[in-house]
Amino acid sequence: MQTGLEDQLGLYQKRIPILTRSVKGRFRRFKTSVLVLAYAIYFLLPWLPWSRLDAPAQAVLFDLPGRRFLIFGLTVYPQEVIWLALLLFIAAILLFFVTGLVGRAFCGYFCFQTLWTDFFIWIEHKIQGERPARVRLYRQPWDREKLLKVGGTHALWVLASLWTGLTFVFYFAYAPQLLLDFFTGQAAPAAYITVGILTLSTYVAAGLMREQICTYVCPYGRFQSVMYEPETLAVHYDSRRGEAAHGRAAARAGQRTLAERHEKGLGDCVDCGLCEQVCPVGIDIRDGLQYKCISCGLCIDACNTIMDSFSFPRGLIRYDSEKNLALPTPVAPKIQWKRLKTIGYGVALVLMSAYLVYSVATRGDFDRTVNQIRQPLYVMLSNGDIRNRYQIRITNKAAQTQTYEISARGIPAVALDLGNFSEITIKPGHSALVQASVRLPPTVAAQTQRFELVITPQGKPAEANAEYVRFDAPGKRP
Amino acid sequence: MSEQKPQSQTVQTTGHAWDGDLQEYNNPLPVWWVYTFYATVIFALVYWTIYPSWPIGKGWIGGVSNITYVNSEGETKTHSWNTRALLMADMNKAAVAQKPYFDKIQAMSYEQIANDPDMSGFIISAGRSLFAENCAACHQAGGQGVIGFFPNLTDDDWLYGGSFEKIHETLMDGRRGYMPAFSEVLNGEQIDQLANYVASLSGIGHDAIKARAGDVLFRSETAACFYCHTSEATGRQDMGAPNLTNNIWLWANVPAADTTEGKVAAIRGVIAGGLNKGAMPAWSGRLSPEQIKVLTVYVHELGGGQ
Repeated sequence: MQTGLEDQLGLYQKRIPILTRSVKGRFRRFKTSVLVLAYAIYFLLPWLPWSRLDAPAQAVLFDLPGRRFLIFGLTVYPQEVIWLALLLFIAAILLFFVTGLVGRAFCGYFCFQTLWTDFFIWIEHKIQGERPARVRLYRQPWDREKLLKVGGTHALWVLASLWTGLTFVFYFAYAPQLLLDFFTGQAAPAAYITVGILTLSTYVAAGLMREQICTYVCPYGRFQSVMYEPETLAVHYDSRRGEAAHGRAAARAGQRTLAERHEKGLGDCVDCGLCEQVCPVGIDIRDGLQYKCISCGLCIDACNTIMDSFSFPRGLIRYDSEKNLALPTPVAPKIQWKRLKTIGYGVALVLMSAYLVYSVATRGDFDRTVNQIRQPLYVMLSNGDIRNRYQIRITNKAAQTQTYEISARGIPAVALDLGNFSEITIKPGHSALVQASVRLPPTVAAQTQRFELVITPQGKPAEANAEYVRFDAPGKRP
Repeated sequence: MSEQKPQSQTVQTTGHAWDGDLQEYNNPLPVWWVYTFYATVIFALVYWTIYPSWPIGKGWIGGVSNITYVNSEGETKTHSWNTRALLMADMNKAAVAQKPYFDKIQAMSYEQIANDPDMSGFIISAGRSLFAENCAACHQAGGQGVIGFFPNLTDDDWLYGGSFEKIHETLMDGRRGYMPAFSEVLNGEQIDQLANYVASLSGIGHDAIKARAGDVLFRSETAACFYCHTSEATGRQDMGAPNLTNNIWLWANVPAADTTEGKVAAIRGVIAGGLNKGAMPAWSGRLSPEQIKVLTVYVHELGGGQ
């Protein structure tokens, strides 16, 4: 680096590549299990078959042109957008709830950025080798070996990104057909554009930008940190134990056993640097809790591995709370949920989830709207009778064609005139409009304030729905 | 910038001096600004080529861009770019989408249309917008009309007939309402008697003596009301003469009057003054046959059709 040129200091810091060492342990196993489970669901779900009457045989299909979402046996229509809103609220509250308890656990184990970065690092590891080999490859000039290995890694990354993008669009169309159409050039432009964008963004985010997304781009990292409390479990380095009186020291002769180290006032940390090497965001957790730490727990596994090899007790780096660590003698870390904020979020979560389940379970098989035609409110007919008209719109939300019967309660049966439409057959997903007219003699009209219009699916009297409607006559206040 | 530049490298001035020694620097424009300006020039040239631009003599440079659309008859029309063609392209999108429905309307009979659930739904939506655009100005949004001006289309009392065919005829050819002004042949007392008689026919309060005299007058050759309204006063649909016995009023604003005298006075006004203002426009030629058929079914289904 040149000296004497102070104005060379720019505002841009080029990324220093982070080449992580692999590690084994409890948290690594958990991370991998989450990855396998999430990938299995994401990549396999579009291929699950489900027989349907008038829709493609795919279990999960977001049929945008058909204005419906098909999720296993449930058809979701645009009127049920409140479910989507509820689902998003529940997801947000769940995030806040979990963050209050275990900090940035979402970032470290569940976020798709972490999952794909982890997978891409695994690909890199498989092709380029363990950390020392990767460091050597990075420093080496561009020769055949480097071209092959780095080129191969990036090629596999692009392939994985492409399949990720393709799987995304498979949720919106019948997967086998779309796959065929895509590679024979017959798919809709929207498919190609979406897959293009997703492939590019997956490759860039997981392959090139990696932890910069977490550090600079993602808003979760910023407000997740704000939701920490002294009782929140986060990845902490027990500096009291690790540094003791005279700091950390390598395990040279005379400093190898715990007894020797404690006598000399040395901390348990042997300064092996493994926690830094495994960190996917490239920090040193021994500096304390940092905004970059995504709480993935790999440094815990790394340190525990080293502690085991020295027969020192585990937990030098562990999930613990600030409050606990500040105690003169910290106790075993545990999730402290007996806080007002956590309980509040938990209760909100339970209530909203219960309401969502209730709403989905009790969604009727048909939707109806009954409106009085208000222009004019009433008509006087030539024999003096008063007539009101109503518009009834019925939407069939079931999966099969259904005939509906319309009748009235609270007025004489002869008063209701539905023309040809006292029974109406509607196909699934369609709606029909029926105009009903009710005529009453003037004396009865003056006494009738409101009555009920009843819609019954044929053969299912239990699902009948009644709506109260007004009856207007001259002299009554509208 | 912090170095001392030699004299020959100072920023040039524009070369003009005001008031002896007042000069202006000729600093270069910002680079980003200049290149953006060049880009706008290129944009303008491209735009002028594609879209209509400069006038030449009596015409103009038309541009290379075209607008192509398919109309409801299936013909493809291409125009050089202009906003009217843009409008036609938009309108024809709707026309093409509606064509299958309008074809079915033409092929089916009135009863078939009114009884088919799909067609009935189309009539309600297409009819509602056609009615709102063409008819509601007079007959109001729901077809209820205005007493003294426009008939109520939602009741079952019809001047010229409420069957599909009669409604169609009214729409196609229009109507002209006419009643002579009887003040020219009858005196005030006679008109008063007739008014009370007509009020009695609809069950409105009236003077019984005058009504009895009016009864006689109605069927006499002096007033000759029965010529048009028939001796039972039920009206003649071939003449457009209304039924006077059902308490449904178009011209005499009886519902608005609070007292019996007011109601009778309203009827008196019509008998004395006559009627020459009822004019229903003829819609053939203004609306297509399919649109008139849609409106026919729509009006019939407003509740009063027969």
